[in-house]
Amino acid sequence: MQRMDRTALAARVARDIPEGAYVNLGIGAPTMVGNFLPRDKDIFLQSENGLLGMGPAPAEAEIDWELINAGKQPVTILAGGAYFHHGDSFAMMRGGHIDICVLGAFQVSVHGDLANWHTGAPDAIPAVGGAMDLAIGARQVFVMMDLLTKTGESKLVANCTYPLTGLACVSRVYTDLAVFDVGPQGARVVEMVDGLDLDKLRELTGVDLELA
Amino acid sequence: MINKIVGSMAEAVADLKDGASIMISGFGDAGAPAELIEAVIAHGATDLTIISNNAGAGEVGIAALMKANRVRKVICSFPRQAASHHFDARYRAGEVELELVPQGNLAARIEAAGAGLGAIFTPTGFGTLLAEGKETREIDGRNYVLEYPIHADFALVKARAADRWGNLVYRKVARNFGPIMAMAAKTTIVQVSEIVELGDLDPEAIVTPGIFVNRVVLNSAAATA
Repeated sequence: MQRMDRTALAARVARDIPEGAYVNLGIGAPTMVGNFLPRDKDIFLQSENGLLGMGPAPAEAEIDWELINAGKQPVTILAGGAYFHHGDSFAMMRGGHIDICVLGAFQVSVHGDLANWHTGAPDAIPAVGGAMDLAIGARQVFVMMDLLTKTGESKLVANCTYPLTGLACVSRVYTDLAVFDVGPQGARVVEMVDGLDLDKLRELTGVDLELA
Repeated sequence: MINKIVGSMAEAVADLKDGASIMISGFGDAGAPAELIEAVIAHGATDLTIISNNAGAGEVGIAALMKANRVRKVICSFPRQAASHHFDARYRAGEVELELVPQGNLAARIEAAGAGLGAIFTPTGFGTLLAEGKETREIDGRNYVLEYPIHADFALVKARAADRWGNLVYRKVARNFGPIMAMAAKTTIVQVSEIVELGDLDPEAIVTPGIFVNRVVLNSAAATA
């Protein structure tokens, strides 16, 4: 069976983002989704630090450190873009104005609980940023992650064991091996990579799965 | 004639006291008033509570305050990041208390202070460690956490330009927490890279009206750059 790499996964997520959507892409791998959004369609990227209509990374000579994304990387603003303060930025999330956000995760439960901010390790310095606001604010929360940890444990779980970011907030999980819908009804398999079947996927994850 | 412009960074922060609470604008380095923070360090005030998105990275700004060991408590959303070593060391040594607040709740609590609200019910953080022990309420089928406003003695803010009444405009995403912090502190001190005449700022485009600003100081390094 052929795992999807990060790039292919980003492209897969991008396919589900329609024209007209207001979208927040989380730090890390989710940021790559922006590279695969069709340039000929109006899709509005929001950055939590006060930017709507975010464009791609600038050329070296055009870098402006007062035009950065949530990951503090330099970006650009599209014609028609806007700046705003943090109160407005988080009102966009909490108030349900952001259609889709894409986040990474440590764990997602079959009911859509999300754990992505803290490992719970006693010596870890916790940091949460905007993760909790995005998780409960965006109308749809997409998670993008590897299905298994490096040691082979499923990150799609019956119940999260890491500290929660939000309850019942994730709607869809894109992984290197399969795409799942999660929610009150449990996890449903939307698609799998070639060479994988439902039984094998149940064995890998250890959770109840049905086909969507 | 009212003129909120003061002559130097040192003069702008002269009435700081030990134990003061200080809001500091910025998201990383963007919008962080590094020169005002330098003046705070030179002033010598200590035992400070810092309210900001981050807890400092690298060697300047809030990181320099941490290095100088002037901070007793930090209220922020994202302390740990690449190069946050000065905060990390103080935190691990038990020398600084951390109140971790989701970023949107940080903004909303600052806004609540500026707007004179007694508290807010926010959906963010419900059911998580960061809402443990807090009052909750279900309103129209959605769960909320009771959170209180964050006030401060001072706000240190970076803006692009000001006039002598303290009207402000910002630059790009350096705006971030500036406008809401300016509203929430007893004394708001703003560093700018340009001072303009009254009337030069378009009233339709002023982001922070001067009512929220007490002092303006020109960062002459930025102005001549």
